[in-house]
Amino acid sequence: MKSLEMKKTFALITLLFFVSTSFFGQEKKNNLPNVQLKTLDGQNINTSEIYNDGKPIVISFWATWCSPCKRELNNINDVYPDWVDETGVKVIAISIDDSRQVYKVAPYVSGQDWEFEVLLDTNGDFKRAMNVNNVPFTFLLDGNGKVVYEHNNYAEGDEDELFELIQKLIQ
Amino acid sequence: MIVKKTRLLQLLVTILVIGFNTLVFGQKTNNSPGVVSGNVSIMVQQYNTDEDIGAVAPPQKIAMNAFSNILYRNGKFYFGLRIESYNPSLLGYPAGFNGTGIGYLFGTFATDQLSVTAGTFYEQFGSGMILRTYEDNNLGIDNSIVGIRVKYNAGKGVYLKGVYGTQRLRFDSKIITGPGIVRGFDAEWQINDAFPVLASNKFKYIVGGSFVSKFQDDKSPDLILPENVGSGAGRFSLYGKSMSFYSEYVYKINDPSADNKYIYKNGESLLFNLNFFGKGFGLALAAKSTDNMSFRSDRNESLTYLLINYNPALTQTNTYVLISTLYPYGTNILGEIAYQADVDYKFARNTALGGKYGTKIRGNFSISLAPKRHFLNDLETNRIGYTTKLFSSSDSLFYSEVNIEIAKKFTKKFKAKLNYYHITFNADANLVTQAHGMIYTNSGVFEGLIKFNRKNSLRFEFQALFTKQDRGNWTAFVAEYTISPHWFFVLIDQYNIGNPVQDDRIHYLYGSVGYIRKATRISIAYGRQREGIFCVGGVCRQVPASNGFNLTLTSSF
Repeated sequence: MKSLEMKKTFALITLLFFVSTSFFGQEKKNNLPNVQLKTLDGQNINTSEIYNDGKPIVISFWATWCSPCKRELNNINDVYPDWVDETGVKVIAISIDDSRQVYKVAPYVSGQDWEFEVLLDTNGDFKRAMNVNNVPFTFLLDGNGKVVYEHNNYAEGDEDELFELIQKLIQ
Repeated sequence: MIVKKTRLLQLLVTILVIGFNTLVFGQKTNNSPGVVSGNVSIMVQQYNTDEDIGAVAPPQKIAMNAFSNILYRNGKFYFGLRIESYNPSLLGYPAGFNGTGIGYLFGTFATDQLSVTAGTFYEQFGSGMILRTYEDNNLGIDNSIVGIRVKYNAGKGVYLKGVYGTQRLRFDSKIITGPGIVRGFDAEWQINDAFPVLASNKFKYIVGGSFVSKFQDDKSPDLILPENVGSGAGRFSLYGKSMSFYSEYVYKINDPSADNKYIYKNGESLLFNLNFFGKGFGLALAAKSTDNMSFRSDRNESLTYLLINYNPALTQTNTYVLISTLYPYGTNILGEIAYQADVDYKFARNTALGGKYGTKIRGNFSISLAPKRHFLNDLETNRIGYTTKLFSSSDSLFYSEVNIEIAKKFTKKFKAKLNYYHITFNADANLVTQAHGMIYTNSGVFEGLIKFNRKNSLRFEFQALFTKQDRGNWTAFVAEYTISPHWFFVLIDQYNIGNPVQDDRIHYLYGSVGYIRKATRISIAYGRQREGIFCVGGVCRQVPASNGFNLTLTSSF
């Protein structure tokens, strides 16, 4: 009788631990709204999974029809290896192309030889959740996945300012 | 007695375990008061009457479009609303945007597995050929569903979605929905996730299917209209390391509507995308055939109102002002057959053609044709209207385009692009100009960018469009000076240099100054604008034809 109760208690502890950890314990990798996006190879990915091992992340919204966006990402691509070596930063480009042109994103990215990750936000769900009015719109996240800087627009040289902010983050 | 003690112990343990877990894991999600964020956008336009360009000032002289989104999230709960204000809406904006009120309101409970939304929402099934609701405040489109949506990740790569509701028709200080009800279900299966043997397969396979139906009362005195119209779609995609393939087919039962002049023919669409890519190389091929696929939750509506599905043009979205705004192609809602090819290639650094920084070339070809139709002359009997087959095109051209771009960085301080466009435009099928027949255009654009130092740059464009039809030749000059990260100054002059009517050889001069600080952007502009997509100071938006001052403020928090 006694041992049965003990077993019950033990079972209850175990159950409660798992139930309550599963409820509270989905450890958040970042502080972003959770939206489902697609990778360039058609897989679903939740924005809650965006993570760079405690290092900064740049999230840049763009589209194939947006010239300043492409200038920004091409300029970042030119210096990206140096940025990664020096700070470990990860750049994620979020395409807001809709189904008119979204199928062109992967060939375009290959043709431009971009080395960073590109995700697809075909119906603007992440764009809305991040309050993005117009593209280009760039966010900088610190190592805890918290937005510390955002910038709407692109002018030549903006990437230098962004890199200075990234450098400050890792100090 | 023992039992009582154990129960007490159980209770204590319960409290301790939950308390411990809440403390350790729950801090961020449970104890925080949540996150409030949002944005605001205000656009004010002052109008002058300008007879030369045919701009007539409205009686109010000033118009304003403004909105603010406010989102709140706390753990798994999301709430959002958008306050919209049109007093009155900007010229050229579609009718049906009036007053101030809430145009978007939702509550969502979402975990990684399950998401339930009540209120207004935007959704897309597959490529959107069967269902896509979206908003674009630049264009004045909002066909959101007002109702309930459930999304469920069933595991093993299976994703399910269901939607039920009416659609936003217009805004009159609140959402006015259309008369029809939309019901939809979509399933997608990412097959590699279901079978461990496929997890590391070279190819990823995805299949999907949708069913969408609408209900609308039949109030017609002389026709017996289907009150429930069903539509089904199937799709398949394949992704490899250097290629991908996508195909989707949609079928809709008879759906007599104002668009198809109330015929009882079924509708169908078929789309293929085939891509190849590698380092410095990309090729995108597309083919699409649509017939009678106008799908609205009110059969009597037209233009952009109450569309359930999305059928975009299979042409490139151009950005240079003359190319994008003079002869842009919209899709033909009754049906078209279209093909498109895009190629991207980068000559590597330190090669003969690549030079020090590499050289990039892009090519694009697109053609849209009218379907071949066999008319039945049965409007007094069966009202089927005609017969046709997918991908059976006539020789009646809607639009074709060939363009080539070469982009090269010469030094750290100078880069340039050269573009050529050849566009053939059927003015009778695309009602954007008063001309008739085919318009043949050849255009060239030279764009240069000089970076004087780290913060100061000048970008300039010389554009020329040559045509013997319509309004003749055009030139455009754009200069954009930027001081990173805060300032931009833009001057644009479009000149209808070759207009056959001497008095109509008009300059459209436009100047703009803007200031950006983080997520806030404010700009003041003055001048003449033609309708189309304008990209100014780094942001693209749709603008109507006008003459006057323009003030724009966007910000987010």
